[in-house]
Amino acid sequence: MNTEILGVILTFLITVLLAFPLGKYIAKVFKGERTITDFMNPVERVIFRVSGINPNASMDWKQFLKAMLSINLLWFVYAFFALLFQDKLPLNPDGNPAQTPDLAFNTAISFLVNCNLQHYSGETGVTYFTQLFVLAFLQFVSAATGIAALVALFNGIKEKTTNNLGNFWNLLVKTTTRILLPICFVGAILLAFNGTPTSYDGKDSIVTLQGDSVQVSRGPAAGFIAIKHLGTNGGGWFGANSAHPLENPTYFTGMLELILQVIIPIAMIFAMGFYINRKKFAYVIFGVMTVGMLCLLIPTIVTEIHGNPAIAKLGVTQATGAMEGKEVRFGPALSGYWSIITTVISTGSVNSMHDSSMAVSGLMQLLAMMINAFYGGCGVGILNYYIYIIIAVFISGLMVGRTPEFMGHKVEAREIKIASMVWLLSAILVKGGAAMAAYLVTHHPDVAWAVKPSAWLNNPSYHGFSEMLYEFTSSNANNGSGFEGLGDNNIFWNVSTGIVLILARFIPIIGPIAIAGLLANKKFIPESPGTLRTDSFTFGAMTFAVIVIVNALSFFPALALGPIAEYFSLQ
Amino acid sequence: MKNFLISIKLTLVLVVICSLVFPALISMVGKLTPGGGKGETVVAHGRVVGYEKIGQKFTADKYFWGRPSAVDYNAAGSAGSNKGPSNPDYLKTVQDRIDSFLVHNPGVKKEDIPAEMVTASGSGLDPDLSPESAYIQVKRVAETRGMTADKVKALVDEHIEKPLLGILGPSKINVLKLNVALDEIGSRR
Repeated sequence: MNTEILGVILTFLITVLLAFPLGKYIAKVFKGERTITDFMNPVERVIFRVSGINPNASMDWKQFLKAMLSINLLWFVYAFFALLFQDKLPLNPDGNPAQTPDLAFNTAISFLVNCNLQHYSGETGVTYFTQLFVLAFLQFVSAATGIAALVALFNGIKEKTTNNLGNFWNLLVKTTTRILLPICFVGAILLAFNGTPTSYDGKDSIVTLQGDSVQVSRGPAAGFIAIKHLGTNGGGWFGANSAHPLENPTYFTGMLELILQVIIPIAMIFAMGFYINRKKFAYVIFGVMTVGMLCLLIPTIVTEIHGNPAIAKLGVTQATGAMEGKEVRFGPALSGYWSIITTVISTGSVNSMHDSSMAVSGLMQLLAMMINAFYGGCGVGILNYYIYIIIAVFISGLMVGRTPEFMGHKVEAREIKIASMVWLLSAILVKGGAAMAAYLVTHHPDVAWAVKPSAWLNNPSYHGFSEMLYEFTSSNANNGSGFEGLGDNNIFWNVSTGIVLILARFIPIIGPIAIAGLLANKKFIPESPGTLRTDSFTFGAMTFAVIVIVNALSFFPALALGPIAEYFSLQ
Repeated sequence: MKNFLISIKLTLVLVVICSLVFPALISMVGKLTPGGGKGETVVAHGRVVGYEKIGQKFTADKYFWGRPSAVDYNAAGSAGSNKGPSNPDYLKTVQDRIDSFLVHNPGVKKEDIPAEMVTASGSGLDPDLSPESAYIQVKRVAETRGMTADKVKALVDEHIEKPLLGILGPSKINVLKLNVALDEIGSRR
């Protein structure tokens, strides 16, 4: 078999094989059972003592959300001011300048919400201090926030009737010390031994073999790249992200980074099965998500290997596939796989430039982010899927004429209203944002912003529209990848996507937690023969259908104007 | 208010752990790696001529060329072209690259040029080529250097890096290492 396809299949299989035991381990950590990382106990005790936290104090859903939102607010303020004054802070060997207020606003939010949109370029837009003490820090804690929120949901499902969703501080700290730090350590060391730099030295100046003078950006990147993937963050140390040869030096690191970025999202599904003691429920969800992912993946890989029809018309051979924006060491298959993995989960790191992907691949990447629940980001993927489940439960209930129930609790008007608001929100943010941008480009091309609307688009026609649509879709999914040709470092894009980022992060966390809290408070109804079984494959198929219908209704018209139109224009 | 007090203290502790201790530990281990954590360099003609992993610009006919770069191989500002597949300006650029390649490599047929030779890489710093892209440059390099084509081709074959474990991913050639080897043969004669 083709070595490139084999690489993709093996990468996915290794991921699942590692994710299963990891899921078991994660369930043990949150149950408070003994694990191999108990050597972190003293560290955690110190953290709790210094911070004045009682890790055993119970929290209801409102207290949980208050704690989560307070510390997130603090992180935003810290990040914003650090970026604003980074030129005066230490660890800036390359002498990079401060960020403008609108860029700092966007960057701070973007890393706070696990998105990493990056309207700057890593080599020049940030310093080693802000990379490590602001961005990498937020990469750790934003992932931990998502996982903590998900465990709160598990707690709500697990008990028959309860007020206690768990202690937010405890979950946040344990996620960091027991899951993120140990795996990142291993990942970073592997990256370092394959060529990713780790030293604090600044740029190097060299004269090339042919005699040109070149400066080479470097820095302590290995740890950053490990957490950027493990935490489904995706922000690159360098401008070209994981296409950069120091950020992703070999095919081995390509596989490693792919495994790192999706291992927690998959492990959390298995962890749920073990934690709430409903393994079949988890396996069905894993099955639905995997089928969904494959529906997006297969067309992408086929198109990318096939190459660009417009280039074929020029008469050159495309034996190595569509190579614009791709690296030789990865090739089109692994690049196609990466572009789907990074968009179904909310990583947004790239090893090829999505703006140069084929039209079909662009369509699949957009769809992956619109659905945002096939595995999904750290913690939040299952929270998004939970919303689809609630809607599926409701629709199934209507179909059979019974009050809908989920895990022994009646799902009533209030829960359905919350779920509907959450899914309506993404359609409003994505289409509203893209419409606003398209309006400015056509009617006000000369507004005096840092980048004029007339200069925003790097490509004309349908593809130009896709660039704007992609930027808002990526923001709404808290993904962070982009059709990077878009000229987005100006006040319009920085502020508008910043607002989308905040709304699209916190409302889809608050919504499911509130639903879980409300449901857990209700009287428990034991299962009867008439109960809708949510761990059956029929219900899995039902959820899949809901996901397809909801997203087709929301997004088809916008997709038709962008990648679908481009696809037909290329034939 | 209690939440904010906890938040401030917890943030301080976590910053120390995640942003100070963690990267410092990695940096210490990194000193044990082949490049000492600073990136592996390549030495030729008695000086450092580049980083093994980072592609550089080759325009002279006596060297194998790497792929087109959207940033002209600026290793302090990596980026791709971000040109869409249907963009007419982009397709014109590709056409120009094909024409210029044919001018420099007389005898090569257009349908033998692999697309990667005329499309820009994602990072603008791609250090590699596929074997096919090196083979079609053999004649030019051999003629410019006054070597036999067989000898240059043998050197190319020597520099093919097989897929990982022989089964995973594409075969490739590091352009810088190949060119350094060419220079070394030249100076030995």
